[in-house]
Amino acid sequence: MNDGRRTFLKSGGGVTLLTLLAAAGWLDAEEALAQTWNKAAFDTHSLGDTLHALGGNEPAQSRDIEFVQTPEIAENGAVVPVGVASKIPKTESIAILIEKNPNMLAAVFDVPAGTDPVISTRVKMAQTSNIYALVKADGRYYVAAKEVKVTLGGCGG
Amino acid sequence: MGEPMKIRATLTGDTTEVKVLMTHAMETGQRKDAQGQTSPAWLIQTILVTWNGKSVLSAQWGPAVAKNPFLSFRFKGGAKGDKIVVRWIDSRGDQRTDEASIA
Amino acid sequence: MKPSTLLAALAGIVVAPLVWAQGSTSDEIAKYRAALQDGNPAELWEARGEDLWKQKRGPKQVSLERCDLGRGAGVVKGAYAELPRYFADADRVMDLETRLVWCMVQLQGFTEAEAKKTPFGSGSDRKSDLEALTAYVTSESRGVKMNVALTHPKELEAYRVGEKLFYYRGGTHDFACATCHGEDGKRIRLQDLPNLMTAEGAQKAYTSWPAYRVSQGELRTFEWRLYDCFRQQRFPELIFGSDGAIALTMYLARNANGAVYDAPAIKR
Repeated sequence: MNDGRRTFLKSGGGVTLLTLLAAAGWLDAEEALAQTWNKAAFDTHSLGDTLHALGGNEPAQSRDIEFVQTPEIAENGAVVPVGVASKIPKTESIAILIEKNPNMLAAVFDVPAGTDPVISTRVKMAQTSNIYALVKADGRYYVAAKEVKVTLGGCGG
Repeated sequence: MGEPMKIRATLTGDTTEVKVLMTHAMETGQRKDAQGQTSPAWLIQTILVTWNGKSVLSAQWGPAVAKNPFLSFRFKGGAKGDKIVVRWIDSRGDQRTDEASIA
Repeated sequence: MKPSTLLAALAGIVVAPLVWAQGSTSDEIAKYRAALQDGNPAELWEARGEDLWKQKRGPKQVSLERCDLGRGAGVVKGAYAELPRYFADADRVMDLETRLVWCMVQLQGFTEAEAKKTPFGSGSDRKSDLEALTAYVTSESRGVKMNVALTHPKELEAYRVGEKLFYYRGGTHDFACATCHGEDGKRIRLQDLPNLMTAEGAQKAYTSWPAYRVSQGELRTFEWRLYDCFRQQRFPELIFGSDGAIALTMYLARNANGAVYDAPAIKR
């Protein structure tokens, strides 16, 4: 059944996408899928502008947001591991912002109920900068920051 | 159809951990090649991960996500053999769907 | 609080950076490298390499599953830990990449030029089959102890030539491999250089290639590492699959004997 579905998804032939999604039980996830990419949010240069584009404002500093598995020094800014763990109840989304990047917002993760509010990914950093973890919980915004140094490693290895 | 992903889903107690490695250039649109030509922006923009049809994570990415992106998260629930499906759509409208069973 | 004042306040609560001492810097970089181990994009090359190994390809429409990497036709497990080695059918000492080219020509009917066309890939438009195949084959030696033999006279000769090349000073800067890799505690900027003249240094260095290089976003093989060292030394270009490349590989691989192979890895 799964092979058949994959073939359908590859070729897109025969059945409409909607009936296919319904058959595969995806319809309750359809709302998430239909969410279009928030171009404005990825085009901002300040925490305030990003928040505005995400539909929020005035985040409160929070010590209940932790950076996990996020090293202080990244040997190469092209790949910087960043992990964010939110201990704030009813966390709905976690966003990662990099202050000195050409555009601040790197990623936004929507955390449905049942999913742990802990996300790990890898980002690009143009230079040594603060990384902001922006958490939306119960309709309100919270933020924490960590400085990550970026260094050129040299020639080998 | 985009390039294949590597998905690993493991059940520990009542929690399933999902790790995904995707193949994608994630071009920022600012990188110049040796000839001085700028490579156009090309990146994964939306991601959806479902477990038995239920959304367990959705995300929007920008060009600052690293090339060949990695993603790791956990959710309560899951049983061995359940299907985890990861789907992404990129800025060219290209997409990729891959699945794995919870081990 | 206005966003601008918030930013100013946030700057105050950011943890003060560590004192920039060499010791703590290395610790932090070690943490960076450790964090990268979880989810190595090299696995994407390994998967593609396995597909290429098993796929019927070339004019003869045959897979590589009968390719003899030294442990018998089709035996991939543990093969890399014994390479380079002498192959009677080619009457030559070969490293993995030259052996793969040999099999692509002999079994699949490719010309040598076709097989060697893209030794080092670049992005999704210029992928290297050899890099993917190398990733797959080397992954099947993970956990195996390096065990390069020097029994055939040509193997011994390759080792001796490799050793000579290691110490050979040349190029515009009068560099030899030993210039950068012949002493403890050397580094270029913040990149520590392994001392390849010690068993420990040689073992650690050789057993971490091929590797996904974060700075390039590509998986790079040992042939690439030698090619790039030559470039950095301002030497003439090291030809892919040449006797010189194989000899240097033989020297360094044999010096790593006894170490547990642990690649494909991930590096800066």
